[in-house]
Amino acid sequence: MSPSVSGLDTAIAPEERIAAALARLILDPDAPPARHIAVGAASPIPAAACWLVKLMGHPVRLSLLHKRSGNPFTEGTRELFDLTGQGRIDLFFLGGGQIDGQANLNLVGTGEWPGRAVRFPGSFGSAFMYFMTPRTILFREEHSPRVLVEKVDNISAPGVSPPGVFRRGTAQALVTGKCVFRFHPDRARFSLESLHPGETVDSVRDATGFDFDATGDIPATPDPTEAEHALLRGPVKAEMVETYPDFCARVWGSDAAAA
Amino acid sequence: MMLPSVDALAAQVPDGALVAMPPDNSLPSVALAKALIRKGARNLRLLGVPVSGFATDILVGAGCVAEIETSAVSLGEAGFAPRFTAALKAGSVVVRDATCPAIHSMLQAAEKGIPFMPLRGIIGSDILANRPDWKVIPNPFAPAAEGQDGQYGADPIVLLPAKQPDFAVFHAALADSEGNVWLGRRRECATIAHASKAALVTVERVVDGNFLEDERMAPGAISATYITATAIAERGARPAALLDEYGFDQAYVSDYARAAKTEDGFRAWLDREVFGTAQKVAAE
Repeated sequence: MSPSVSGLDTAIAPEERIAAALARLILDPDAPPARHIAVGAASPIPAAACWLVKLMGHPVRLSLLHKRSGNPFTEGTRELFDLTGQGRIDLFFLGGGQIDGQANLNLVGTGEWPGRAVRFPGSFGSAFMYFMTPRTILFREEHSPRVLVEKVDNISAPGVSPPGVFRRGTAQALVTGKCVFRFHPDRARFSLESLHPGETVDSVRDATGFDFDATGDIPATPDPTEAEHALLRGPVKAEMVETYPDFCARVWGSDAAAA
Repeated sequence: MMLPSVDALAAQVPDGALVAMPPDNSLPSVALAKALIRKGARNLRLLGVPVSGFATDILVGAGCVAEIETSAVSLGEAGFAPRFTAALKAGSVVVRDATCPAIHSMLQAAEKGIPFMPLRGIIGSDILANRPDWKVIPNPFAPAAEGQDGQYGADPIVLLPAKQPDFAVFHAALADSEGNVWLGRRRECATIAHASKAALVTVERVVDGNFLEDERMAPGAISATYITATAIAERGARPAALLDEYGFDQAYVSDYARAAKTEDGFRAWLDREVFGTAQKVAAE
């Protein structure tokens, strides 16, 4: 959005603010520990958040599933699911073509099954990962009533499960281009946690198809600290540029692609 | 068995066969997919392990496919798979959606010769609601008197039937004198080969020796026990990447994605990239 043309540029790109917000959620002391995080195809912003956490010095293993060179696994693509089945992946990111107010995810498509109106690519591993990971951070940059719906047309992965169904965790939060929502599995409802610059409770309500809780004064999503910002523009960018060259060029300037 | 060409390899596949293929990040044989199109394959049933990409989209567009079972179909950065999406809308292919570990598990059951494999998760998903072939039972090993009796009883768990494809189809870096193939750590291709009745593998090149006698090569090899036939297809994974030998050809896939938005655009692409290549090879 606002590429820096020099190291002196202190403007904060929206992607940087979201990455810092995701990093704070990863480090949430009230959440189960994140010792091993897997990052899938969802987006480069979660990858940036994970690198930020690691480069801040927190001991975390990152398994990046879309690295162009190398690969965290030696047993094929099933190893991610085997690790997750055992509870050895602590945190995963998921998105969705539709996400509803009960944190149900639709990655299949709209209209009649299997997506006869608008077909999305498909459910990938969501129907397993969402259950078997102690926590999932939902991330979707587009915050609109077509994405954040009251009820998804089709459920790839449900946000909550009935008693007796084995489940290690569910959504911790939903982060969008407008705000951060917390998810409360006990009542299967989101609450508004913070607003990105320029947003109000009303503007978020207008852009959201589901009802959510918003009590008291909702704080602004904090900017990255100076230290976080420096890490994002330096070492994080350097780790990201091979896998996400277009993203790095867009957020951090065209010199990033050549780094 | 080493065959003289990728078209000879494609000739092994009868219409209606169940063909398992890895996606774009995991050594698809795009060369063999193109050969299946040239041969005029029909009513193929494709299994994406665990998802599907470029090779699936061109086979669907060319009218070779009756059914697809997969966990997603995507061209990655180039977006949704255009011919798959069009065929789904038109109702010309049957699509059976799954989730990645379910496909791995169904193949692992076949690999072990057992009738089913249990898998956690999935319960409450519409994937399960649309899969009458998947069953939910109470975990027979759950501690007694848990007192939790939900819709499916105490500790429900999904059972997936074994899936034995007729053919495993993928690309490998190397074959050796003994008919073993080598593809490094892309072990999902080994699982597909182990589970399938036959495996047809294109390779970049053939080398002397026996990978199974070499400690460094053996862990990335698939034994000739499982390999029915191979043929040399240089750059046979293109536009997908081959390990550290060549990278993903984003420009080629993006160009395809633009062309294949329409049926006419796709036909012109096929003429140029699938049938045109054949004529050129034949003339050489």
